[in-house]
Amino acid sequence: MPTPANAAYVRRTAAPALPPPRLSQGAIAWARANLFSSALSGAATLALVALALWALPPLIAWATTRAVWSAPDGALCRAHQDGACWAFVAHKLDYLRYGSYPVAERWRVDAVEIVGAALIAWMLWPRAPRRGLGAALFFLGFPALAFALLHGAETLGLPLVDTLLWGGVFVSLATALVGIVFSLPLGVLLALGRRSSLPIVQAASVVFIEFVRGVPFIVVLYMANNMLPLFLPSGWAPDRFVPPLVGTALFAAAYMAEDVRGGLQSLDKGQVEGAMALGLGYWRTTRLVVLPQALTRVIPGVVNNFIGLFKDTTLVAVVGMVDFLAAMDNAFKDAAWSGPTILPTGYVFAGLFYFVFCYGMSRYSAAMERRLAVGRAG
Amino acid sequence: MAAREPSRSWLANDPRARGIVTQGLLAAALVALAWMGWRNVVANMQARGIPMGFGFWDETAGFDINQSLIAYSAVSTYGRAFWVGLLNTLMVGAISIALATPLGFAVGVARLSPNWILSKAALVYVELMRNTPLLLQLAFWYNAVLKTLPGPRQSLSLGGFVLLNNRGLYLPRPEFAAGAAWVAAALALAIVAAWALRRWARRRRALSGERAPVTIAALVLVVGLPTLAYFSAGEPIGFSFARLSGFNLAGGVQLHPEFAALTFGLVTYTAGFIAEIVRAGALAVPRGQSEAALALGLHRAQTMKLVVVPQALRLIVPPLTSQYLNVVKNSSLAVFVGYPDLALIFAGTVLNQTHAAVQVMAITMAVYLVISLAVSFSLNLFNARNALQER
Amino acid sequence: MAAGDDDAIEFIDVHKWYGAFHVLRGINLTVARGERIVVCGPSGSGKSTLIRCVNRLEEHQRGIIRVDGVELTGDLKRIDEVRREVGMVFQQFNLFPHLTILENCTVAPIWVRKTPKREAEELAMSLLARVKIPEQALKYPGQLSGGQQQRVAIARALCMNPKIMLFDEPTSALDPEMVKEVLDAMTALAEDGMTMIVVTHEMGFARKVADRVAFMDEGEIVEINAPAEFFARPQHERTKLFLSRILR
Repeated sequence: MPTPANAAYVRRTAAPALPPPRLSQGAIAWARANLFSSALSGAATLALVALALWALPPLIAWATTRAVWSAPDGALCRAHQDGACWAFVAHKLDYLRYGSYPVAERWRVDAVEIVGAALIAWMLWPRAPRRGLGAALFFLGFPALAFALLHGAETLGLPLVDTLLWGGVFVSLATALVGIVFSLPLGVLLALGRRSSLPIVQAASVVFIEFVRGVPFIVVLYMANNMLPLFLPSGWAPDRFVPPLVGTALFAAAYMAEDVRGGLQSLDKGQVEGAMALGLGYWRTTRLVVLPQALTRVIPGVVNNFIGLFKDTTLVAVVGMVDFLAAMDNAFKDAAWSGPTILPTGYVFAGLFYFVFCYGMSRYSAAMERRLAVGRAG
Repeated sequence: MAAREPSRSWLANDPRARGIVTQGLLAAALVALAWMGWRNVVANMQARGIPMGFGFWDETAGFDINQSLIAYSAVSTYGRAFWVGLLNTLMVGAISIALATPLGFAVGVARLSPNWILSKAALVYVELMRNTPLLLQLAFWYNAVLKTLPGPRQSLSLGGFVLLNNRGLYLPRPEFAAGAAWVAAALALAIVAAWALRRWARRRRALSGERAPVTIAALVLVVGLPTLAYFSAGEPIGFSFARLSGFNLAGGVQLHPEFAALTFGLVTYTAGFIAEIVRAGALAVPRGQSEAALALGLHRAQTMKLVVVPQALRLIVPPLTSQYLNVVKNSSLAVFVGYPDLALIFAGTVLNQTHAAVQVMAITMAVYLVISLAVSFSLNLFNARNALQER
Repeated sequence: MAAGDDDAIEFIDVHKWYGAFHVLRGINLTVARGERIVVCGPSGSGKSTLIRCVNRLEEHQRGIIRVDGVELTGDLKRIDEVRREVGMVFQQFNLFPHLTILENCTVAPIWVRKTPKREAEELAMSLLARVKIPEQALKYPGQLSGGQQQRVAIARALCMNPKIMLFDEPTSALDPEMVKEVLDAMTALAEDGMTMIVVTHEMGFARKVADRVAFMDEGEIVEINAPAEFFARPQHERTKLFLSRILR
């Protein structure tokens, strides 16, 4: 009963909490709100469902029920042209992982991958103990270990493996990791340089960053490949791997510098002032107060950089390095496996690989960002 | 009492002195590095017999380019090859940007839609584009799609106007006869008239508050006037279509599969990123803004147009321009599909033939940097003019 | 006195749920024309939700809400009608940062009531003068202080000539020294006879201006009375507890 206006009123019995009305909850209500909220929306829903029903079942069948899962060569795949040729992928898997790395030494590649993954997990796991130690090992010790194992070292009894034989996934991973490992310290220096009050330092940093960011990665690779040998004194012929790695490191450093700069800028100015008031100098303040906090904020950006770099490693094929995609292209040329389904199968497999890897890393980065936001707000 | 002068500190502890010394050392180190590097470059180039100047610019190129906006043949100079490559880069960049922007905005709006299926479908598209390398997508389009198309004799055709086969996409080529100028003039006139109409309607609304159906009238003008001119001038614009002659096709405009694959890949890839930018920009406008507009009585459409979109655009334009820059930089992937852009022609073929590495790389880098700086500059201009006024 | 056409707002057994959470539990309230109601209560009690239901920024699932005789349903035309007659002032001001103060005030009259530009600007200037900041007309919201922005928000809402004004904690986001200028503007508005519902913690304002003060807790109106009685002799236990906390 409506209360008359201007009346005083006191509630005597408490109102209980009632469950919401049936129609405003549950699947039907959800569908009404999200699928059929208007005539246009309903039409879109029906059209998309129809499209999915028309397009998805053939694709799924192509990938699963009609696919050829194992075969000794391409004959079976040529006979079944309406399905994927996963047998091709299975057959070429070793080549896609190791390239032409000698079979007897492949344990070295595996060892490097396992150690690297363990160190990265240690560094990035939020609740791991002594993550600083993990980071130090990763940035300082791991490169030396990886080089010794992959390239070989006579003194350790590991036979040399020519970089000509390297190829496949581990080349992609190695390139991306070298990029990150070397670009992080370099990027930090550049970021600090860009924010410096000394004009020459700032100018040098800005010029480097803007130069590298304004040019395509392919051009940077061309530059490194063609000009690095010219800049070194004659007689210093670098291994064919070195110029692309140098190019990758410098390229990644410029982008990393911008991410670190963002992290430094987001830091409260009061932190620096507090440290200065305590008597810590510029370098101590930077090392003990600014960088630890800035770098934590920067982790999501670094992971995003890594994802981008991992995708960009596909471009090193332009200077002759055999990365995962180039290895796939080489595998396509095998005459025993020629057929119309080989290329789509290979590309779908490569796409899945990259998608799972990159999407997984981006989920991690998003989760880290959420944790950081909570920590900061609290 | 006279104020005491602050005592001068040790030179080594004076921050200004330290700053000058540090910078001096850094400058000296950079100069030394550059000088040593340059000496090595000169020595190495002389040892390999590579010319140091830009003389190669006027030498005969000796190679052919199958797609060029300007006249080019195997006896043209390297300099001309540079221009062909540059124009191709700009063309593929411009067309990709023009197509990727509406597609990206459409997908972005779909991401924001209250329809769950539409939103998730757009999400799948965006995540697919963002998590697979562009090169993989290009390879897919080029090798798995375009190369598998049938030959010219079995071309796929859209009503005979548009033909698709493994030599490319064939579009009708417009041919202009004498009266075509009238049609162009009519179009120009219609555009001016439509613009004037809009101004008149806006002034009228300011004075009296009433609105006139300007959009429809403008549309009628822009479509109607040229059509009228077209028919009264005796249909002066014709089209030549690609027709089979021998084993090949003649006539029409041919878009090579390399160009098509590169453009397709760039457009779909970039649209995914543009969609995310649009979505982030729209979500960044606080909800209170649209609530206040609705509370004032503005409709949904008016709220979007007057309050949300202007603020969202401010947030969208800066990352959008850097995506445009990425399109131009990503166009260098042309080297993988064989589209003759600046990177392939100049930093690839010309460099390999002349060995003038330093000169060619310097020019190539300069070109991309100029494009990059031009875009940054216009972006800064836009930001300065449209920044929200703060205290 | 029975509820009739003279009433500005009627809530009849209104319930609202956010998902499974029962946020408004059987609200019965009638606001007469020209009446000033102040709503107070702890956070989460549903006071903001209550007034946001009046201009359909929130939808109720059960019960009837009538504003100026028009019943609020999903009908868009009716919602537009209601929104034209009801003005709202938000806690976060929600001024449009890309428009000048003058444009903020004239955008709705021009686009909704189709007022000619000059007329709209004259009206806006007179209302800006009424809230005592006519000189800021050509500035942007980012250039004004919080108190000034909130007064502009009041003027902007008044430009639509509403019959009812809703205030959702208008001073909660302001620095203390700016609270008074906004409350003064609201007091002047009340003295001119505007129907108002104000959600606030400013009890001094309530004592001076309100016709009735309502206490809401856990989705229901626990007690509502004239301010003198409400503050001097609160009847419900929960009201007494709340007042003891708020009036120090």
